[in-house]
Formats: sequence, C-alpha cells, structure tokens
Amino acid sequence: MATQNSRSAARLMMAPAVILLLGWMLVPLVMTLLFSFKKYLPLRGGDLGWVGFDNYVRFVTSSAFWPSVSATLIIVGGVLAITVGLGVLLAILLNQPMWGQGIVRILVISPFFVMPTVSALVWKNMFMDPVNGLFAHLWKFFGAAPVEWLSQASLQSIILIVSWQWLPFATLILLTAIQSLDREQLEAAEMDGAAPLQRFGYITLPHLGRAITVVVLIQTIFLLGIFAEIFVTTQGSFGTRTLTYLIYQRVLESQNVGLGSAGGVYAIILANIIAIFLMRMVGKNLDK
Amino acid sequence: MARAVTSKRKIINTAAAWTVGLLIFFPILWTILTSFKTEATAIADPPVFIGFEWTLANYATVLERSDYARFLWNSIIIAGGSTILGILVAVPAAWSMAFVPSKHTKDILLWMLSTKMLPAVGVLYPIYLIFIKLGLLDSRTGLVIVLMLMNLPIIVWMLYTYFREIPGEILEAARMDGASLKEEILYVLTPMAVPGIASTLLLNFILAWNEAFWTLNLTAAKAAPLTAFIASYSSPEGLFYAKLSAASTMAIVPILILGWFSQKQLVSGLTFGAVK
Repeated sequence: MATQNSRSAARLMMAPAVILLLGWMLVPLVMTLLFSFKKYLPLRGGDLGWVGFDNYVRFVTSSAFWPSVSATLIIVGGVLAITVGLGVLLAILLNQPMWGQGIVRILVISPFFVMPTVSALVWKNMFMDPVNGLFAHLWKFFGAAPVEWLSQASLQSIILIVSWQWLPFATLILLTAIQSLDREQLEAAEMDGAAPLQRFGYITLPHLGRAITVVVLIQTIFLLGIFAEIFVTTQGSFGTRTLTYLIYQRVLESQNVGLGSAGGVYAIILANIIAIFLMRMVGKNLDK
Repeated sequence: MARAVTSKRKIINTAAAWTVGLLIFFPILWTILTSFKTEATAIADPPVFIGFEWTLANYATVLERSDYARFLWNSIIIAGGSTILGILVAVPAAWSMAFVPSKHTKDILLWMLSTKMLPAVGVLYPIYLIFIKLGLLDSRTGLVIVLMLMNLPIIVWMLYTYFREIPGEILEAARMDGASLKEEILYVLTPMAVPGIASTLLLNFILAWNEAFWTLNLTAAKAAPLTAFIASYSSPEGLFYAKLSAASTMAIVPILILGWFSQKQLVSGLTFGAVK
C-alpha cells in the first residue's frame, strides 16, 4: 500500500529535519575549515589572508598542545575507568533482591540530572575548599592537613567531579543490560558448581560487553567536550587545560580564530574516529 | 534454612545498596540541607548536619535579586522552546522513517547521529560569527535554535524507536477505511504516539536545561539561563555557601524530579537504542 504518493509525502516530511541538520553540520564546518587556513585575528586586523597549513603546524608545536592532549586523555581515561568499574559493581548490586530498590535507583541516578555548573561549583566550594569544605573537615578530623584539591590534585579533582556526574549513566545502562541476562543460565552455572567469580567472569561480564562498549563510546564523545566543569573550577590552570579548553581559549580569549579553528579540526577528527566505532554498533542494531 | 540465608543476603544487599546510594546522593542532599542554614551555620566547624535552625532567608535573598526570575524564565523558554521546536520538526521525519522506510532510512538515521558527534568547540567561532551577523548573540531565539539543532538527532531517534513499535497494520486498516494521510496522523497515530512523544519531550527538556557549552558562550546578560547564573557564583559569591546552595537547589530540583520520571528514557535516548 506504500504508494508513490505516500513515498513522496514521506520524503517531504523528512525534508525539514534533514535540511536543518545538513545546514547545522555543513555551514560551520566549512567555515572552520576555511578559517583554519587563514591568519585571522578579529581584534588585530581581522582576516589577514591565507597561510596554508601554518595554523595546523603551530597548534601542534605550541608548548600547550601536548600537555592539553595528556590532560584530556587522563581525564577521559580516569573517568571511564571509574564509571565503568564502579558502574559494573553497582549494577550488579542494584540487580540483587533488596528492599527499596526503586528509591536506591532514584538516589543513584540523581547526579546525572544536576547541571554541570552546579555540580562543579558545589564540589569546588562545599567539598574541595581547603578551609570550609567538607573534605577539609574530614581530613582535620583524622588529623591530616587539608588538601588544596583544585591546585594540588587538580586533575584528580576534575576526574572526581566528572565521574560523579557520569557514574549514574554508566550504572543505568549496565543495569538495563544486566536485567536482560538469563537468570536460568546463572542458576545452571551455580548448580554446576561455578564460583561467584567464575559466574561473573564467564557469564555476566561477556553479556555486558556490548553495553560496556556503548558506555565507553558515548561517554568518550561527551567527555572530550567537557567545558563547564573546568570553566567554573580551574579555568584551565594547574594542568587541567584540555584540548577543548585550549581551543576555547585560542578562539575566544586570545581571539586567534585561525589557530583555534585548526585545533577545532583536530578535535573533529579525533571525535570522528571514536564516532565511527559507535555508529557501527548502533547501525548493527538497526538491522535487527 | 535456605530461606533464612536468602533473607540474610537480602538484608546485606539492602544495607550495601542504600549506603552506596546515599553516598552518591550526598552532595545533592548536602546542598539542599545547606540551603536552609544561615551563612554562619553553613561554614560551622565541625559541620552541622540536621540539628540547626532551619531558615528560608537564603531563598528570599536569592529571589529578591530580581535577576533570578529572569534567568529561570530564560531557562524555561530556551529548554522548552528548543524541545517543542525539535519535536515539531522531528515527528514528521520520524513518522516517515518508521512507516515508509526506504533503503536510505538507515543511512539517514546514522548520518543524523553523526552530526551529534561534532565537537561543539570545533565550530564555536563560526556559530559565534553567524550569531553576531544575524543579531542572535545573547538572544533566547538564538539559543533555542542551537539547542534544538543539537538535540534534534536524539529527538528523531527516540521518536523513531517509539514509532517503530506501533503496528503498521493499524495504519493499513485506517487507510482501507478511507482515512486520509492527515486523518491517519491525527486520529490513529497521534493517540498511540503520545506516550513516546511525552518521554522524548521530557528527556530533551532536561538535556537542554543542563546544556552548558553554548549557553555559557553565546549569552551575556540578557538571555543567560540558570547554567550561566550559577556559573556567575564562581567567586567570590561562591563563598556564601547557603545562598549558593539555595540558588543551586532552585536550579536543580525541578529537573531532578522530571529526571526521576524519565530515567528509563535516558537509556534508549542516549544510547540510540543500542542497549535494551
């Protein structure tokens, strides 16, 4: 019954979404590409002509580049390790029979709904402040000297804040996956005398493989772009300048659009490499 | 015997899960508690947990700063506007993909998803420039458009996933009975699609409400939503814990409650259906 008529109607109905997204993707992308080959300083002469690959070379050879790459990798890697590791344990725990499971779920999922500027500020001031923060009180209680978290352990602090925000997401997805695990299979293994650790290693973990991959890919894409958490805490100082923050500083703070755009192109390439893997997984799901 | 063991295990599970749950929730709880303290109690050493004199003074102070209402209003307009606009654009697209699929449907869906992967910072200046040219900088209209485009792929995907579960036979039957395309959508599809649309609306409202890259970079005084308002507490106002907490509580509690209702949609929405 899908007539020619309904097909062309369908195409027409898709058009607004497709055209909008096409424009949203192509126009800024083309502009970024163009700027990246130019010397472009809006406050100091504007568009100063083509410079070939100068910006690309300068961005990579600047002394800030490698530290920003390593800060990015440490933050993304640290948050992934914490959220996936704790997420698996938490998902298994939440999947056990207990009283008040619904309420615990709500408690655990809550941080995800807190806006990044709020969570960064609350952690920065009320927990990590070296004088009045709760951590300082706790440290003093145990007779230790309070730590200046955001300067002395800046990367760890950022990782802690961001992990707190993303642990709920990882947990919820892993829990969803665990709930689709065949209970009979686990019980059969138990009957056959498999130890809890064996059951986890041979049944639960392989079953979670796909969910873990999805968590890693999706979180990586979001984590590469974290901004507010750094913007309101360290402003990129104390070694917390990530690639995203470096590009932001080049573009908006030092108003060097050409250089920042070259950095932007690097960021886009990086994100695309990860995205390709994610799309493959999602695409497979569509065939089902 | 077996039952005793099971119930003992259940007690341990419950205790462990509640401990972890409360630990994770603690920063939020602490913020809410602190918002009812005086500034002096808020920084008391040692910290006071419950046994303090509760006060609403901080809320009054934050509300009195006449600008708070404006930030709140901006958040509502920006998050609400971008979500509703996104749904209006996405419903027809998702409908046609779900019910009149062609061999390109999968490619189009994946391509839409790929636009979501574009790092915002990579296109910050072009957007900034376009906004200046069109006079959209620091305007709610501008942010509504950007956030709508940013979340459009998620909206299309979520709706597509929901629509695909509506049995096609029902539409065929309606068509046989002589329903026009318009009637089909209005009287057959819409009632069945409402729950899916509502969940999509909810999750995307939350995502837009909490968005903190574009809202911080494309606004100044006029159109700044709550994300920017809270960021302005960075310092030295952040040292006033009780007021910071009151402002934070007001910014997160409504969304927290919406979030509790939409936690299921979070999985299907953000994993694009890759985890079920």
